[in-house]
Amino acid sequence: MTNEIVKQRLSEKFGEQLAGFDESFGMLAVTAPAEMNMQILQFLHDDEQLKFRFLTDLTAVHYPDRKGEELCIVYHLHNLVDNIRLRLKVYIPIERPDVASATPLFSGANWMERESYDFYGVNFIGHPNLTRILNVDEMDYFPMRKEYAMEDPTRVDKDDEMFGRGGTVA
Amino acid sequence: MSRPVQFNTNVKISQMPEGYQGEGFFATSFDKVIGLARANSLWPLPFATSCCGIEFMATMGANYDLARFGSERMGFTPRQCDILLVAGTIAKKMAPILRQVYLQMAEPRWVVAIGACASSGGIFDSYSVLQGIDQVIPVDVYVSGCPPRPEGILEGILKIQDLVHNESLRRRTSPQYKALLESYGIQ
Repeated sequence: MTNEIVKQRLSEKFGEQLAGFDESFGMLAVTAPAEMNMQILQFLHDDEQLKFRFLTDLTAVHYPDRKGEELCIVYHLHNLVDNIRLRLKVYIPIERPDVASATPLFSGANWMERESYDFYGVNFIGHPNLTRILNVDEMDYFPMRKEYAMEDPTRVDKDDEMFGRGGTVA
Repeated sequence: MSRPVQFNTNVKISQMPEGYQGEGFFATSFDKVIGLARANSLWPLPFATSCCGIEFMATMGANYDLARFGSERMGFTPRQCDILLVAGTIAKKMAPILRQVYLQMAEPRWVVAIGACASSGGIFDSYSVLQGIDQVIPVDVYVSGCPPRPEGILEGILKIQDLVHNESLRRRTSPQYKALLESYGIQ
């Protein structure tokens, strides 16, 4: 079981619909259109050869410069039988951050999707309880999006020197 | 050969308050006696969330021995406790809980913010951290340091003892105090 076989199986099944493959550090990454995410996950899960039946992680990334596909949802899948991992990436626009929830397939996706909603504002359609999980409920923004100014470097009220991090007092 | 038992022969006795004394009687004001009693038996409620909490544990330990100052009984409950010692980062999510603990304590109560995080948010200048507990509850003494040494925490306790010792019995019913609590939305 190698990345090549996974690639081949996916290409046979979905062909031109997949946006691309990428291999970094020996781990295969598949990019797909957002509306297909559940089909692909289902196929990877059910296929007798692939057996990607463990969702290691589900998270989001914000690319402010990619117009129309600012948010990326990343699924980390693991085939525990053959010990091979795979990443599936889908891109969605930040204006309508809708993507189908993976909870029907992986119960573990429940909290991971709540986290992605909490920090990036991804709207997972079909999620049983899409509420904030780590931040306070009153929060009216998504803190991990790259839309906030960096801290003013000239501030003196919270100088690193005061906290034993660098500066003259080390 | 067992280790010989060591006794502390250097017991400090607190100062007698001012007053009139004669043969067989001593007269002084309530304020002073009550202040003396309260100051020398402060029961702390440690609300320790992070590294300052570890430093506070060292303060309770044998080397620094917080019990010398009459703070022998740590209560991990608001019942019967006089000082709330907030040691560590308070996240915004923790703020309502901290406030609830404060509200459940009976008057008179005092609050010490131990370390940079409890006092001002410290290095955690971020969306999830409360920038100082004085945003949700009134604070009497701030202890600086990140984390403060046990000596620093002892200093904070001594400062509180000063406050307690000299507090007027009318302070808690005064309009200023009521206004202070009002500003925090506490009845």
